Amino acid sequence: MTAECTFKSKDLLGIKELSKDEIALILDTASGFRDVLRRDIKKVPALRGKTAVNLFFEPSTRTRTSFELAEKRLSLDVLNLSVTTSSVVKGETLMDTALNVQALGADFMVIRHPSSGVPHLLSGNIKASVINAGDGTNEHPTQALLDAFTIMEKKGRIEGLRVAIVGDILHSRVAKSNIYLLTKFGAEVRLIGPPTLVPKRLEQLGVKTFYDMETGLKDADVIMMLRIQMERQDRGFFPSTLEYSRYWGLNMERLSLADKEAIVMHPGPMNRGLEIASDVADGPRSVILEQVTNGIAVRMAVMYLLGGVRG
Amino acid sequence: MTILIRKGHIIDPSQGIDGIGEILIEDGKIIEIILEAKRGKGQRAKGKERDSELRTVDASGLYVLPGLVDMHTHLREPGYEYKETIKSGTGAAVRGGFTTVCAMPNTNPVNDNSSVTEFIIRKAVQEGSCAVYPIGAITKLQKGEELAEIGIMCDEGCVAFSDDGRPVMNSELMKKALEYSKIFNVPIISHCEDRDLSEGGVMNSGLLSITLGLRGIPPEAEEVMVARDIALAGLTRGRLHIAHVSTEGSVRLIRLAKEAGIAVTAETCPHYFSITEAAVKGYNTNAKVNPPLRTEKDVEAIKDGLKDGIIDAIATDHAPHHRDDKLQEFDKAPFGISGIETALSLSLKLVHNGILSLSRLVEKMTLNPSTILRIDKGTLKVGADADIVIIDMKRQFRVEPDKFVSKGKNTPFEGRVLKGMPVLTICKGRVFDIA
Amino acid sequence: MSRELLNNKEMDRAITRMAHEIIERNKGIEQICFVGIQRGGVHLSSRLSAKIKDIEGVDLPVGSLDISLYRDDVGIRKGQPVVRKTDILFDITGKKVVLVDDVLFTGRSIRAALDALMDMGRPDAIQLGVLIDRGHRELPIKADYVGKNIPTSLSEKIKVQLKEEGMEDRVMLIQGKRD
Repeated sequence: MTAECTFKSKDLLGIKELSKDEIALILDTASGFRDVLRRDIKKVPALRGKTAVNLFFEPSTRTRTSFELAEKRLSLDVLNLSVTTSSVVKGETLMDTALNVQALGADFMVIRHPSSGVPHLLSGNIKASVINAGDGTNEHPTQALLDAFTIMEKKGRIEGLRVAIVGDILHSRVAKSNIYLLTKFGAEVRLIGPPTLVPKRLEQLGVKTFYDMETGLKDADVIMMLRIQMERQDRGFFPSTLEYSRYWGLNMERLSLADKEAIVMHPGPMNRGLEIASDVADGPRSVILEQVTNGIAVRMAVMYLLGGVRG
Repeated sequence: MTILIRKGHIIDPSQGIDGIGEILIEDGKIIEIILEAKRGKGQRAKGKERDSELRTVDASGLYVLPGLVDMHTHLREPGYEYKETIKSGTGAAVRGGFTTVCAMPNTNPVNDNSSVTEFIIRKAVQEGSCAVYPIGAITKLQKGEELAEIGIMCDEGCVAFSDDGRPVMNSELMKKALEYSKIFNVPIISHCEDRDLSEGGVMNSGLLSITLGLRGIPPEAEEVMVARDIALAGLTRGRLHIAHVSTEGSVRLIRLAKEAGIAVTAETCPHYFSITEAAVKGYNTNAKVNPPLRTEKDVEAIKDGLKDGIIDAIATDHAPHHRDDKLQEFDKAPFGISGIETALSLSLKLVHNGILSLSRLVEKMTLNPSTILRIDKGTLKVGADADIVIIDMKRQFRVEPDKFVSKGKNTPFEGRVLKGMPVLTICKGRVFDIA
Repeated sequence: MSRELLNNKEMDRAITRMAHEIIERNKGIEQICFVGIQRGGVHLSSRLSAKIKDIEGVDLPVGSLDISLYRDDVGIRKGQPVVRKTDILFDITGKKVVLVDDVLFTGRSIRAALDALMDMGRPDAIQLGVLIDRGHRELPIKADYVGKNIPTSLSEKIKVQLKEEGMEDRVMLIQGKRD
């Protein structure tokens, strides 16, 4: 019943680093923002006068626009820096880029980077709140938070749910963050995909691994499909997209193995017809577009809460 | 100048010495050793009542050892003087108790020809604090394509050959190197890494690499090459030395090879028996090293290997880097640990924990590397260079990279409290007080 | 050190009087709705609405408003206020909104509440009802309906206990330490 809440860290580096209580607080706070997003005037003055810099070293439309909208609706001033327009191409080091952004007066640094651990590196060297918007194959914490928010909205709980995550677990930061979050909250997590992309040793994290959809999807309450990246085929993780799709694509027939009320999620962008069939993606069980809307509320909640850590 | 070291506990595996005694040094050479147990009543070292230039070192309560020999050092000069120089690197060596270091060839230009060898030797004489022996590249530019001029570099002073930092991926070429080098009686030091298995890897592969989202280097990347090189050594009867052994499997393979009578020797480094991959957590680039830090079972296997004599030597693989190099994305940061100033103290833990006797440890850091390289170092024999280190086994200190003499402050041991350290190093009669 | 300012009987009487004043002032209950500021104001709104039902026999809509996103002390305070539910299930446009809070002090919460209401619609009028007015305004804000005026010193605290929160209805004055 405390009127104020403090986060341990000024940064959001990953789900690994968060306690269950902190995650619950973010999700609770997000539902307040979800209400704000339903109003005609969707903007609140909560972080007026503060500045957010979106530092994207990897192409991203979805996550960047979601963060940008979240920031604008919190009345933050927003600056977008992407790798193609920044001086990184001129050989500037990451630290120099970050220090320059800090000198511009950033209070929040939202960072996406192809190398795992970059938010952690900045965190220790930068005063601004660092928010991980996806680092290498490590984590994508706000995606897992918005997924959890969506599951809570649809199922009312996470504990005890059977959640199947399908695809390239090994290289998926979305999957990693979701595994940490869902296991913290007591869900039964099943990972499904080819053995080259679903390492058995992940079972040490308290999840189950499956190589076939038929057993893995049985009675699942939530199915999370991951985007399959073409470059994995080039590196020999599976022989062809056709073969991948045949064994691990989600179609109506496979969906029918899951619980009748199962929901289907995808972090986007989707490869229709590859990992997910169109009739599933557009079907009544799909909550894919709701995930997008919830993403804004969750990101607002994260920034609002981190905004209170400094000062 | 005459130096008399008194009352110290002398250990010299090359002569089987292990007892209290005195050492007399004159003009940079050891001229006499008298052990208390053997000397007659009243007999003292000759220098005792000699000239006024005598410096007496009271080593009571301390151990007096041959100066340590590091067969695996990166001095970075020429080419990367911002990371380390021959001057700073040998200064760091002396502070760490080393009196001899062997400079790896991955400089810029690469030490793949006699002019670079000659440069290193000259620079070491002019600016170095201790003895420097260059190691030449096996192949031109370390590209693994054509053999470098091994013979000429031998003549100029190279004591071994290695493409360290890179493996010789071409097995046929490695075979030729082992075969050809035989005529010069020099070892080929192999950096064992299968580049296809390790591609893009930045740490040990396992659950931790997956959860950190870092590309892994499996132990098999090392072991496949250890097995290959052992096979080639058996075939050619060349002299193979395996650098920085890091895995349980490598120890097993080397054990089998030695049992089969193949001429193979091996070294490991303090970080491989002191810490595990867990040091990488938090994306600590100072724990990024190649081969990568492994797991607890590998650490135990390395210790067993040292104990059983499967691993002959402890080398530092001292790999200094500039702060800016390490303050980068984990993927981008270079491999390497600045280790020459902590190597002895970390190794002494093996003695404190009863894994090795001090004498066995000293052997692995003095006599064995000297024997492998066939250099007249690592001994206190009368007539040898006066290379000596005096250590205090009980003294504790905290690792503070800012106080390193090395330009490279990149250590995963920062803040650790270690027990046992050098207090005085003598290189060819030159005395360096350390603490 | 604390002193009781209102007991449960006195609190009930004050609320009853406020309900009458609201009806009188607005010449009836046409278009009136209540919005309570989280948390104390929400319960008081419900009580005012219930009183009016006793008098007029009509249910007036009650909503709750969370003002944490409209506060002006972000970054000054350590930690962020918990975002509670804003639950206004009716359109406030064209309504006479009676904004309700338990204690009126600096006026900053009311300023935040006014901004929040403006972002939700365009009411015809906003009136302010508070159980306690303790003075020390920092903004030009005045209550239309006051349960009790209590002059206080800055070192004192007012604590409103309500039975909805599991306590006995009463208002306490808590003596703070003098600087």
